[in-house]
Amino acid sequence: MTAVWVTIGSLAVATAALKLAGPLLLGGRPLASGAMSVIELLASALLAALVVVETFGKGWALTLDARALGVAFAAIALAKRAPVIVAVLGAAAVAALARAIF
Amino acid sequence: MPFGIAVFAIAISFGVLARPTMGAVAPIVMSVVVFSGAAQFGALAVLAAGGGAGAAIAAGVLLNARYLAMGLALAPSLLGRPTSRGAFAMTTVDASWAAASIGDGSFDPWYMVGVSLPQYVGWVLGTGIGVLIGPALGDPRAFGLDALFPAFFVALLFEEARGRRRLAAAGGGAGIALALTPLLPPGLPILAAAAAAFAASRRRS
Repeated sequence: MTAVWVTIGSLAVATAALKLAGPLLLGGRPLASGAMSVIELLASALLAALVVVETFGKGWALTLDARALGVAFAAIALAKRAPVIVAVLGAAAVAALARAIF
Repeated sequence: MPFGIAVFAIAISFGVLARPTMGAVAPIVMSVVVFSGAAQFGALAVLAAGGGAGAAIAAGVLLNARYLAMGLALAPSLLGRPTSRGAFAMTTVDASWAAASIGDGSFDPWYMVGVSLPQYVGWVLGTGIGVLIGPALGDPRAFGLDALFPAFFVALLFEEARGRRRLAAAGGGAGIALALTPLLPPGLPILAAAAAAFAASRRRS
């Protein structure tokens, strides 16, 4: 349980620091352009990694289960410009349906 | 506000999914003081998989590193005393920051606050509801709640990964996570995916 509270406290402080750093400390001066372009790309790289781990991960192993069907539905729905809520709730419905059938 | 209702639904699923790992109170406190879907789900994934606090914090911080870039972009639009600039900066979340962008590189800070506040209420309220109904639901997998979580990240990724370099970073990050998940302790493959951002930043856009 200690790990949970340490994680919460640290993330609260770190997130606030990241949000405040630009407006308070740097006074609008831009970072080096190399650093900026890495920061700008971090979210894409990490979000994609999270999708993979949360869709196929099972501890230390990879697995293929109902989650993959749900996420595939979400990706197709979003590609067809469906609203986010339809894609996300649809993913849960598809995964639930797949589990109920198989 | 494409993420408005989704944020509430996601918050409920966060409460449901976090309760077995974090207990009843901690998920609500986390939503109050962290208020970041990506970092909260990212850290929860590491903790739930048996990773330690260090890996969970690192994953959350890296996932939120984008706030540094967003804050730098926001800085010139925030005027007044440091306390007022800080207060505006603290309300930054992805959807409101994007919505408040006027298009010429400047931002409307009050518009950002207006979009963030309802999301904050929905995020905290939804987490509380999730924590309360979680035990009554039984197995959250039967409702596909474990698919809600990656599906939400797919939605964020669709918003985020526009343009060649961001797509390259996303593809690289996915590949690294796929290759390393069987080899490294939970949490580390997500951190290693940051290397894809460095690699992609060297490409010409």
